[in-house]
Amino acid sequence: MFKILKYSFYDLMRSRWSYVYFAFYLLLGVVLLFLNNDLSKAVITLMNVIIVLVPLIGTIFGVMYYYNSKEFTELLLAQPLKRSSIFLGQYLGVAISLSMSLILGLGIPFVFYGLFMSNAIWDFSLLLITGTFLTLIFTALAFNIALSNENRIKGFGYAILLWLFLAIIYDGIFLMSLIIFEDYPLDKLSLIGTMLNPIDLSRTLILLKLDISALLGYTGAVFKQFFGTNFGLIVSFSALTLWVLLPVLRITMKAKKKDF
Amino acid sequence: MIKIKDLYKKFGKNEVLSGLNLEIGEGGIFAVLGPNGSGKTTLIKCLLGMVIPNKGEITVLGENIKSGSNYRHKIDYLPQIANFPNNLKVKELITMIKDLRGKTSLDQDLISLFKLEPFLDKKLGNLSGGTKQKVNLVLTFMFDSPLVILDEPTSGLDPISLLRLKKLIQAEKAKGKTILITSHIMSFVEEISDEIVFLLEGKIYFKGTITELRNKTNQPDFEHAIASILTDNHV
Repeated sequence: MFKILKYSFYDLMRSRWSYVYFAFYLLLGVVLLFLNNDLSKAVITLMNVIIVLVPLIGTIFGVMYYYNSKEFTELLLAQPLKRSSIFLGQYLGVAISLSMSLILGLGIPFVFYGLFMSNAIWDFSLLLITGTFLTLIFTALAFNIALSNENRIKGFGYAILLWLFLAIIYDGIFLMSLIIFEDYPLDKLSLIGTMLNPIDLSRTLILLKLDISALLGYTGAVFKQFFGTNFGLIVSFSALTLWVLLPVLRITMKAKKKDF
Repeated sequence: MIKIKDLYKKFGKNEVLSGLNLEIGEGGIFAVLGPNGSGKTTLIKCLLGMVIPNKGEITVLGENIKSGSNYRHKIDYLPQIANFPNNLKVKELITMIKDLRGKTSLDQDLISLFKLEPFLDKKLGNLSGGTKQKVNLVLTFMFDSPLVILDEPTSGLDPISLLRLKKLIQAEKAKGKTILITSHIMSFVEEISDEIVFLLEGKIYFKGTITELRNKTNQPDFEHAIASILTDNHV
Protein backbone atom coordinates (compact mmCIF):
# COMPACT_ATOMS: atom_id res chain seq x y z
CA MET A 1 0.00 0.00 0.00
CA PHE A 2 2.77 2.41 0.87
CA LYS A 3 4.40 1.98 -2.52
CA ILE A 4 1.15 2.90 -4.25
CA LEU A 5 0.72 5.77 -1.83
CA LYS A 6 4.22 6.96 -2.67
CA TYR A 7 3.64 6.90 -6.42
CA SER A 8 0.22 8.53 -6.23
CA PHE A 9 1.66 11.19 -3.99
CA TYR A 10 4.60 11.88 -6.32
CA ASP A 11 2.27 11.89 -9.27
CA LEU A 12 0.10 14.54 -7.63
CA MET A 13 3.03 16.55 -6.34
CA ARG A 14 4.08 16.85 -9.94
CA SER A 15 0.70 17.97 -11.19
CA ARG A 16 0.01 21.64 -11.67
CA TRP A 17 -3.20 21.58 -9.66
CA SER A 18 -1.54 20.79 -6.35
CA TYR A 19 0.53 23.94 -6.77
CA VAL A 20 -2.44 26.02 -7.77
CA TYR A 21 -4.26 24.83 -4.65
CA PHE A 22 -1.22 25.47 -2.49
CA ALA A 23 -0.69 28.92 -4.01
CA PHE A 24 -4.33 29.79 -3.48
CA TYR A 25 -4.13 29.11 0.25
CA LEU A 26 -0.81 30.92 0.50
CA LEU A 27 -2.35 33.96 -1.15
CA LEU A 28 -5.52 33.72 0.93
CA GLY A 29 -3.51 33.54 4.16
CA VAL A 30 -1.30 36.50 3.24
CA VAL A 31 -4.19 38.67 2.06
CA LEU A 32 -6.32 37.93 5.11
CA LEU A 33 -3.53 38.72 7.52
CA PHE A 34 -2.69 41.87 5.62
CA LEU A 35 -6.31 43.08 5.62
CA ASN A 36 -7.28 42.03 9.14
CA ASN A 37 -4.02 42.70 10.87
CA ASP A 38 -5.25 40.37 13.55
CA LEU A 39 -4.73 36.64 13.87
CA SER A 40 -8.05 35.73 15.52
CA LYS A 41 -10.13 37.66 13.01
CA ALA A 42 -8.21 36.10 10.14
CA VAL A 43 -8.96 32.68 11.59
CA ILE A 44 -12.71 33.40 11.58
CA THR A 45 -12.71 34.56 7.97
CA LEU A 46 -10.57 31.59 7.01
CA MET A 47 -13.02 29.24 8.66
CA ASN A 48 -15.82 30.46 6.43
CA VAL A 49 -13.72 29.84 3.36
CA ILE A 50 -12.30 26.49 4.45
CA ILE A 51 -15.59 24.99 5.56
CA VAL A 52 -17.04 25.36 2.06
CA LEU A 53 -13.98 25.17 -0.16
CA VAL A 54 -12.12 22.20 1.33
CA PRO A 55 -15.04 19.78 0.80
CA LEU A 56 -15.53 21.06 -2.75
CA ILE A 57 -11.88 20.65 -3.70
CA GLY A 58 -11.71 17.26 -1.97
CA THR A 59 -14.71 15.94 -3.91
CA ILE A 60 -13.64 17.29 -7.29
CA PHE A 61 -10.02 16.22 -6.92
CA GLY A 62 -10.99 12.77 -5.67
CA VAL A 63 -13.35 12.07 -8.55
CA MET A 64 -10.96 13.57 -11.09
CA TYR A 65 -7.98 11.61 -9.85
CA TYR A 66 -9.87 8.33 -9.85
CA TYR A 67 -11.09 8.72 -13.42
CA ASN A 68 -7.79 10.03 -14.71
CA SER A 69 -5.75 7.22 -13.21
CA LYS A 70 -8.05 4.48 -14.43
CA GLU A 71 -5.50 3.10 -16.87
CA PHE A 72 -2.81 3.16 -14.24
CA THR A 73 -5.15 1.32 -11.88
CA GLU A 74 -5.73 -1.37 -14.49
CA LEU A 75 -2.00 -1.74 -14.93
CA LEU A 76 -1.64 -2.18 -11.17
CA LEU A 77 -4.48 -4.68 -10.93
CA ALA A 78 -2.56 -7.14 -13.10
CA GLN A 79 0.40 -6.95 -10.72
CA PRO A 80 0.66 -9.06 -7.59
CA LEU A 81 -0.95 -6.44 -5.37
CA LYS A 82 -4.01 -6.54 -3.19
CA ARG A 83 -6.97 -4.59 -4.47
CA SER A 84 -7.57 -2.88 -1.18
CA SER A 85 -3.98 -1.66 -1.03
CA ILE A 86 -4.18 -0.24 -4.55
CA PHE A 87 -7.28 1.82 -3.82
CA LEU A 88 -6.39 2.81 -0.28
CA GLY A 89 -2.94 3.83 -1.49
CA GLN A 90 -4.44 6.05 -4.17
CA TYR A 91 -6.98 7.49 -1.78
CA LEU A 92 -4.37 8.36 0.82
CA GLY A 93 -2.11 9.78 -1.89
CA VAL A 94 -4.81 12.25 -2.93
CA ALA A 95 -5.98 13.06 0.59
CA ILE A 96 -2.50 13.58 1.99
CA SER A 97 -1.32 15.78 -0.85
CA LEU A 98 -4.44 17.93 -0.57
CA SER A 99 -4.02 18.21 3.20
CA MET A 100 -0.39 19.17 2.73
CA SER A 101 -1.35 21.96 0.34
CA LEU A 102 -3.82 23.21 2.93
CA ILE A 103 -1.53 22.98 5.94
CA LEU A 104 1.53 24.42 4.25
CA GLY A 105 -0.37 27.02 2.26
CA LEU A 106 -2.06 28.45 5.33
CA GLY A 107 0.64 27.57 7.83
CA ILE A 108 3.50 29.45 6.20
CA PRO A 109 1.95 32.95 6.23
CA PHE A 110 0.58 32.47 9.75
CA VAL A 111 3.89 31.26 11.11
CA PHE A 112 5.66 34.25 9.59
CA TYR A 113 3.07 36.55 11.08
CA GLY A 114 3.97 35.28 14.52
CA LEU A 115 1.51 32.51 15.17
CA PHE A 116 3.65 30.79 17.77
CA MET A 117 3.74 33.88 19.92
CA SER A 118 0.01 34.52 19.86
CA ASN A 119 -2.77 32.76 21.72
CA ALA A 120 -4.61 32.06 18.48
CA ILE A 121 -2.42 29.04 17.93
CA TRP A 122 -4.98 26.57 19.29
CA ASP A 123 -7.79 28.05 17.23
CA PHE A 124 -5.60 27.90 14.19
CA SER A 125 -4.57 24.29 14.86
CA LEU A 126 -8.20 23.32 15.27
CA LEU A 127 -8.92 24.97 11.95
CA LEU A 128 -6.22 22.95 10.24
CA ILE A 129 -7.26 19.72 11.97
CA THR A 130 -10.88 20.08 10.90
CA GLY A 131 -9.70 21.09 7.42
CA THR A 132 -7.67 17.89 7.21
CA PHE A 133 -10.61 15.85 8.46
CA LEU A 134 -12.86 17.41 5.84
CA THR A 135 -10.31 16.61 3.13
CA LEU A 136 -10.12 12.98 4.27
CA ILE A 137 -13.91 12.69 4.46
CA PHE A 138 -14.76 14.25 1.13
CA THR A 139 -11.99 12.55 -0.82
CA ALA A 140 -13.22 9.22 0.53
CA LEU A 141 -16.80 10.07 -0.44
CA ALA A 142 -15.59 11.08 -3.90
CA PHE A 143 -13.76 7.77 -4.34
CA ASN A 144 -16.95 5.97 -3.36
CA ILE A 145 -18.93 7.82 -5.97
CA ALA A 146 -16.31 7.25 -8.66
CA LEU A 147 -16.05 3.54 -7.86
CA SER A 148 -19.80 3.12 -8.18
CA ASN A 149 -20.14 5.05 -11.44
CA GLU A 150 -18.41 3.99 -14.64
CA ASN A 151 -19.73 7.08 -16.39
CA ARG A 152 -17.52 10.09 -15.67
CA ILE A 153 -20.17 12.70 -16.24
CA LYS A 154 -22.55 10.95 -13.86
CA GLY A 155 -19.77 10.57 -11.32
CA PHE A 156 -18.95 14.27 -11.45
CA GLY A 157 -22.63 15.14 -11.24
CA TYR A 158 -23.21 13.04 -8.14
CA ALA A 159 -20.06 14.39 -6.52
CA ILE A 160 -21.14 18.00 -7.01
CA LEU A 161 -24.65 17.16 -5.78
CA LEU A 162 -23.22 15.57 -2.66
CA TRP A 163 -21.18 18.66 -1.93
CA LEU A 164 -24.12 20.93 -2.62
CA PHE A 165 -26.32 18.88 -0.33
CA LEU A 166 -23.95 18.75 2.62
CA ALA A 167 -22.68 22.30 2.28
CA ILE A 168 -25.90 24.15 1.53
CA ILE A 169 -29.13 22.17 1.18
CA TYR A 170 -28.69 20.29 4.46
CA ASP A 171 -28.48 23.57 6.35
CA GLY A 172 -31.60 24.79 4.60
CA ILE A 173 -33.61 21.72 5.53
CA PHE A 174 -32.20 21.86 9.05
CA LEU A 175 -33.27 25.48 9.53
CA MET A 176 -36.67 24.84 8.01
CA SER A 177 -37.30 21.97 10.37
CA LEU A 178 -36.26 24.14 13.30
CA ILE A 179 -38.77 26.81 12.26
CA ILE A 180 -41.58 24.34 11.64
CA PHE A 181 -41.13 22.56 14.96
CA GLU A 182 -40.23 25.61 16.98
CA ASP A 183 -42.93 24.86 19.57
CA TYR A 184 -41.09 21.75 20.65
CA PRO A 185 -37.81 21.46 22.53
CA LEU A 186 -35.20 21.14 19.83
CA ASP A 187 -31.84 21.17 21.65
CA LYS A 188 -31.26 17.45 21.26
CA LEU A 189 -32.47 17.37 17.67
CA SER A 190 -30.27 20.25 16.61
CA LEU A 191 -27.29 18.71 18.36
CA ILE A 192 -27.83 15.43 16.55
CA GLY A 193 -28.50 17.23 13.27
CA THR A 194 -25.20 19.02 13.62
CA MET A 195 -23.33 15.82 14.38
CA LEU A 196 -24.65 14.11 11.27
CA ASN A 197 -23.17 16.58 8.81
CA PRO A 198 -19.36 16.84 8.86
CA ILE A 199 -19.42 20.38 7.50
CA ASP A 200 -21.82 21.64 10.19
CA LEU A 201 -19.92 19.76 12.83
CA SER A 202 -16.61 21.36 11.84
CA ARG A 203 -18.16 24.80 11.71
CA THR A 204 -19.72 24.46 15.15
CA LEU A 205 -16.51 23.11 16.62
CA ILE A 206 -14.49 26.07 15.41
CA LEU A 207 -17.11 28.69 16.25
CA LEU A 208 -17.38 27.48 19.83
CA LYS A 209 -13.63 27.29 20.21
CA LEU A 210 -13.40 30.88 19.03
CA ASP A 211 -15.67 31.88 21.91
CA ILE A 212 -18.17 33.73 19.81
CA SER A 213 -20.97 31.39 20.84
CA ALA A 214 -22.64 34.26 22.64
CA LEU A 215 -23.70 35.42 19.20
CA LEU A 216 -25.73 32.26 18.83
CA GLY A 217 -28.15 33.09 21.64
CA TYR A 218 -29.88 30.34 23.60
CA THR A 219 -28.93 27.57 21.16
CA GLY A 220 -25.39 28.75 21.49
CA ALA A 221 -25.56 28.18 25.22
CA VAL A 222 -26.83 24.64 24.72
CA PHE A 223 -24.19 23.98 22.13
CA LYS A 224 -21.52 25.47 24.31
CA GLN A 225 -22.60 23.20 27.12
CA PHE A 226 -22.15 20.22 24.88
CA PHE A 227 -19.31 20.99 22.47
CA GLY A 228 -17.40 23.15 24.92
CA THR A 229 -16.79 20.27 27.28
CA ASN A 230 -14.18 17.62 26.84
CA PHE A 231 -16.93 15.07 26.40
CA GLY A 232 -18.43 17.05 23.54
CA LEU A 233 -15.04 17.46 21.91
CA ILE A 234 -14.38 13.74 22.09
CA VAL A 235 -17.81 12.91 20.70
CA SER A 236 -17.37 15.38 17.84
CA PHE A 237 -13.97 14.05 16.89
CA SER A 238 -15.30 10.49 17.06
CA ALA A 239 -18.10 11.54 14.72
CA LEU A 240 -15.55 13.02 12.30
CA THR A 241 -13.40 9.88 12.52
CA LEU A 242 -16.47 7.77 11.82
CA TRP A 243 -17.16 9.95 8.80
CA VAL A 244 -13.69 9.04 7.52
CA LEU A 245 -13.77 5.34 8.43
CA LEU A 246 -17.16 4.41 6.99
CA PRO A 247 -16.50 5.65 3.45
CA VAL A 248 -12.99 4.17 3.52
CA LEU A 249 -14.47 0.84 4.56
CA ARG A 250 -16.89 1.03 1.68
CA ILE A 251 -14.01 1.74 -0.72
CA THR A 252 -12.34 -1.54 0.23
CA MET A 253 -15.61 -3.48 0.07
CA LYS A 254 -16.58 -2.02 -3.29
CA ALA A 255 -13.10 -2.47 -4.76
CA LYS A 256 -13.11 -6.17 -3.88
CA LYS A 257 -16.23 -6.86 -5.93
CA LYS A 258 -15.68 -4.62 -8.93
CA ASP A 259 -14.85 -5.83 -12.45
CA PHE A 260 -12.26 -3.98 -14.49
CA MET B 1 -0.72 -24.96 -15.50
CA ILE B 2 -4.21 -23.50 -15.71
CA LYS B 3 -7.41 -25.26 -14.72
CA ILE B 4 -10.77 -23.61 -15.22
CA LYS B 5 -13.91 -25.32 -14.02
CA ASP B 6 -17.47 -24.30 -14.81
CA LEU B 7 -16.84 -20.61 -15.22
CA TYR B 8 -19.80 -18.23 -15.46
CA LYS B 9 -19.72 -14.47 -15.89
CA LYS B 10 -22.56 -12.08 -16.58
CA PHE B 11 -22.32 -8.35 -17.24
CA GLY B 12 -25.80 -7.13 -16.47
CA LYS B 13 -28.05 -9.31 -18.61
CA ASN B 14 -25.30 -10.20 -21.03
CA GLU B 15 -23.89 -13.63 -20.26
CA VAL B 16 -20.33 -13.63 -21.54
CA LEU B 17 -18.97 -16.89 -20.13
CA SER B 18 -21.43 -19.73 -19.67
CA GLY B 19 -19.95 -22.79 -18.06
CA LEU B 20 -16.48 -22.68 -19.53
CA ASN B 21 -14.13 -25.58 -18.80
CA LEU B 22 -10.51 -25.42 -19.84
CA GLU B 23 -7.27 -27.11 -18.96
CA ILE B 24 -3.96 -25.85 -20.23
CA GLY B 25 -0.84 -27.93 -19.72
CA GLU B 26 2.71 -26.85 -19.10
CA GLY B 27 4.78 -25.37 -21.90
CA GLY B 28 3.77 -24.28 -25.37
CA ILE B 29 1.96 -21.48 -27.10
CA PHE B 30 -1.82 -21.45 -26.91
CA ALA B 31 -3.92 -19.15 -29.04
CA VAL B 32 -7.31 -18.12 -27.68
CA LEU B 33 -9.53 -17.31 -30.65
CA GLY B 34 -13.12 -16.43 -31.20
CA PRO B 35 -15.39 -13.82 -32.77
CA ASN B 36 -15.84 -10.38 -31.23
CA GLY B 37 -17.62 -10.59 -27.93
CA SER B 38 -17.01 -14.30 -27.47
CA GLY B 39 -15.39 -13.71 -24.09
CA LYS B 40 -11.66 -13.88 -24.82
CA THR B 41 -10.71 -10.80 -22.88
CA THR B 42 -13.15 -11.62 -20.10
CA LEU B 43 -11.58 -15.07 -19.77
CA ILE B 44 -8.11 -13.56 -19.53
CA LYS B 45 -9.25 -10.94 -17.05
CA CYS B 46 -10.82 -13.68 -14.94
CA LEU B 47 -7.48 -15.46 -14.90
CA LEU B 48 -5.83 -12.29 -13.67
CA GLY B 49 -8.49 -11.61 -11.08
CA MET B 50 -9.48 -8.32 -12.70
CA VAL B 51 -12.96 -9.62 -13.45
CA ILE B 52 -14.64 -11.56 -10.67
CA PRO B 53 -16.60 -14.56 -12.02
CA ASN B 54 -20.14 -15.26 -10.85
CA LYS B 55 -19.44 -18.95 -10.53
CA GLY B 56 -16.61 -21.38 -11.13
CA GLU B 57 -13.13 -22.16 -10.04
CA ILE B 58 -9.79 -21.14 -11.49
CA THR B 59 -6.45 -22.56 -10.44
CA VAL B 60 -3.16 -21.24 -11.76
CA LEU B 61 -0.10 -23.37 -11.03
CA GLY B 62 -2.06 -25.28 -8.44
CA GLU B 63 -3.15 -22.16 -6.58
CA ASN B 64 -6.78 -21.12 -6.39
CA ILE B 65 -6.88 -17.52 -7.53
CA LYS B 66 -9.37 -16.58 -4.85
CA SER B 67 -6.83 -17.26 -2.14
CA GLY B 68 -4.85 -14.08 -2.70
CA SER B 69 -2.88 -11.96 -5.13
CA ASN B 70 0.46 -13.73 -4.84
CA TYR B 71 -0.18 -16.08 -7.74
CA ARG B 72 0.15 -13.06 -10.02
CA HIS B 73 3.90 -13.13 -9.37
CA LYS B 74 3.91 -16.07 -11.75
CA ILE B 75 2.03 -14.28 -14.53
CA ASP B 76 3.23 -11.71 -17.04
CA TYR B 77 0.34 -9.90 -18.64
CA LEU B 78 0.23 -7.70 -21.71
CA PRO B 79 -2.99 -5.66 -21.71
CA GLN B 80 -4.83 -5.04 -24.93
CA ILE B 81 -4.62 -1.28 -25.06
CA ALA B 82 -1.43 0.25 -23.81
CA ASN B 83 -2.72 3.08 -21.66
CA PHE B 84 -0.23 4.40 -19.18
CA PRO B 85 -0.19 7.41 -16.87
CA ASN B 86 0.62 10.20 -19.30
CA ASN B 87 2.91 12.32 -17.21
CA LEU B 88 5.35 9.53 -16.35
CA LYS B 89 8.56 9.01 -18.28
CA VAL B 90 9.24 5.59 -19.82
CA LYS B 91 12.21 5.08 -17.52
CA GLU B 92 10.18 5.97 -14.44
CA LEU B 93 7.39 3.60 -15.38
CA ILE B 94 9.86 0.74 -15.77
CA THR B 95 11.50 1.51 -12.43
CA MET B 96 8.12 1.77 -10.78
CA ILE B 97 6.91 -1.61 -12.02
CA LYS B 98 10.23 -3.12 -10.96
CA ASP B 99 9.77 -1.58 -7.54
CA LEU B 100 6.29 -3.07 -7.27
CA ARG B 101 7.11 -6.54 -8.53
CA GLY B 102 10.69 -7.17 -7.62
CA LYS B 103 14.16 -6.96 -9.07
CA THR B 104 14.96 -7.96 -12.62
CA SER B 105 17.86 -7.44 -14.97
CA LEU B 106 16.07 -8.36 -18.17
CA ASP B 107 14.75 -4.88 -18.87
CA GLN B 108 17.99 -3.63 -20.44
CA ASP B 109 18.08 -6.45 -22.99
CA LEU B 110 14.45 -5.88 -23.89
CA ILE B 111 14.91 -2.14 -24.24
CA SER B 112 17.75 -2.67 -26.68
CA LEU B 113 15.83 -5.43 -28.46
CA PHE B 114 12.98 -3.07 -29.25
CA LYS B 115 15.34 -0.09 -29.74
CA LEU B 116 13.65 1.97 -27.07
CA GLU B 117 16.75 3.81 -25.80
CA PRO B 118 15.88 7.16 -27.46
CA PHE B 119 12.46 7.14 -25.79
CA LEU B 120 13.50 6.43 -22.21
CA ASP B 121 13.38 10.08 -21.16
CA LYS B 122 10.17 10.90 -23.00
CA LYS B 123 6.80 11.09 -21.37
CA LEU B 124 4.39 8.26 -22.12
CA GLY B 125 1.71 10.69 -23.26
CA ASN B 126 3.93 11.82 -26.14
CA LEU B 127 4.66 8.36 -27.55
CA SER B 128 3.07 6.88 -30.65
CA GLY B 129 0.78 3.86 -30.38
CA GLY B 130 3.41 1.45 -31.64
CA THR B 131 6.09 2.75 -29.27
CA LYS B 132 3.68 2.47 -26.36
CA GLN B 133 3.07 -1.12 -27.36
CA LYS B 134 6.83 -1.75 -27.29
CA VAL B 135 7.05 -0.28 -23.79
CA ASN B 136 4.12 -2.51 -22.91
CA LEU B 137 6.05 -5.52 -24.23
CA VAL B 138 9.15 -4.61 -22.21
CA LEU B 139 7.06 -4.34 -19.05
CA THR B 140 5.49 -7.72 -19.75
CA PHE B 141 8.58 -9.71 -20.60
CA MET B 142 10.99 -8.27 -18.07
CA PHE B 143 9.85 -10.64 -15.36
CA ASP B 144 10.73 -14.22 -16.04
CA SER B 145 7.36 -15.72 -15.08
CA PRO B 146 6.27 -19.23 -16.08
CA LEU B 147 2.95 -18.03 -17.49
CA VAL B 148 2.74 -15.25 -20.10
CA ILE B 149 -0.58 -13.83 -21.24
CA LEU B 150 -0.59 -11.62 -24.33
CA ASP B 151 -3.77 -9.81 -25.35
CA GLU B 152 -3.40 -8.67 -28.96
CA PRO B 153 0.41 -8.36 -28.83
CA THR B 154 0.79 -7.34 -32.47
CA SER B 155 -1.37 -4.22 -32.43
CA GLY B 156 0.45 -1.18 -33.77
CA LEU B 157 3.80 -2.87 -34.30
CA ASP B 158 5.85 -2.27 -37.44
CA PRO B 159 7.08 -5.32 -39.45
CA ILE B 160 10.56 -5.35 -37.94
CA SER B 161 9.26 -5.18 -34.37
CA LEU B 162 6.75 -7.88 -35.20
CA LEU B 163 9.61 -10.11 -36.30
CA ARG B 164 11.47 -9.40 -33.09
CA LEU B 165 8.37 -10.15 -31.09
CA LYS B 166 7.91 -13.50 -32.81
CA LYS B 167 11.51 -14.41 -32.08
CA LEU B 168 11.08 -13.33 -28.48
CA ILE B 169 7.95 -15.43 -28.06
CA GLN B 170 9.72 -18.47 -29.52
CA ALA B 171 12.66 -17.92 -27.19
CA GLU B 172 10.32 -17.74 -24.20
CA LYS B 173 8.65 -20.95 -25.31
CA ALA B 174 12.05 -22.64 -25.54
CA LYS B 175 12.52 -21.82 -21.86
CA GLY B 176 9.50 -24.01 -21.16
CA LYS B 177 7.00 -21.26 -20.50
CA THR B 178 3.30 -21.40 -21.16
CA ILE B 179 2.18 -18.57 -23.39
CA LEU B 180 -1.44 -17.57 -23.92
CA ILE B 181 -2.14 -15.32 -26.91
CA THR B 182 -5.26 -13.70 -28.28
CA SER B 183 -5.10 -12.21 -31.75
CA HIS B 184 -7.28 -11.46 -34.73
CA ILE B 185 -4.41 -11.83 -37.18
CA MET B 186 -4.75 -15.39 -38.37
CA SER B 187 -1.40 -15.62 -40.14
CA PHE B 188 0.34 -14.65 -36.90
CA VAL B 189 -1.62 -17.25 -34.94
CA GLU B 190 -0.98 -19.95 -37.52
CA GLU B 191 2.72 -19.25 -37.56
CA ILE B 192 3.30 -19.11 -33.86
CA SER B 193 0.83 -21.23 -31.95
CA ASP B 194 1.01 -24.90 -31.00
CA GLU B 195 -2.61 -25.23 -30.02
CA ILE B 196 -5.85 -23.38 -30.63
CA VAL B 197 -8.58 -22.74 -28.08
CA PHE B 198 -11.67 -21.56 -29.90
CA LEU B 199 -14.30 -19.73 -27.88
CA LEU B 200 -17.88 -19.46 -29.03
CA GLU B 201 -20.76 -18.03 -27.03
CA GLY B 202 -18.94 -18.30 -23.75
CA LYS B 203 -17.86 -21.91 -24.13
CA ILE B 204 -14.90 -23.77 -25.58
CA TYR B 205 -15.94 -24.82 -29.07
CA PHE B 206 -12.67 -26.44 -30.06
CA LYS B 207 -9.30 -27.19 -28.48
CA GLY B 208 -6.47 -28.82 -30.39
CA THR B 209 -3.79 -28.29 -33.00
CA ILE B 210 -4.29 -26.47 -36.27
CA THR B 211 -4.08 -29.73 -38.25
CA GLU B 212 -6.85 -31.22 -36.15
CA LEU B 213 -8.95 -28.14 -36.80
CA ARG B 214 -8.40 -28.42 -40.56
CA ASN B 215 -9.39 -32.07 -40.51
CA LYS B 216 -12.45 -31.42 -38.43
CA THR B 217 -13.76 -28.72 -40.72
CA ASN B 218 -12.51 -30.27 -44.00
CA GLN B 219 -10.92 -27.01 -45.08
CA PRO B 220 -7.60 -26.63 -46.92
CA ASP B 221 -6.15 -23.90 -44.71
CA PHE B 222 -6.43 -22.41 -41.27
CA GLU B 223 -8.15 -19.20 -42.25
CA HIS B 224 -10.94 -21.03 -44.04
CA ALA B 225 -11.30 -23.47 -41.19
CA ILE B 226 -11.96 -20.59 -38.78
CA ALA B 227 -14.34 -18.99 -41.29
CA SER B 228 -16.26 -22.23 -41.68
CA ILE B 229 -16.76 -22.55 -37.93
CA LEU B 230 -18.11 -19.03 -37.86
CA THR B 231 -20.50 -19.48 -40.80
CA ASP B 232 -21.70 -22.87 -39.54
CA ASN B 233 -22.61 -21.23 -36.26
CA HIS B 234 -24.19 -18.17 -37.82
CA VAL B 235 -21.84 -15.66 -36.29
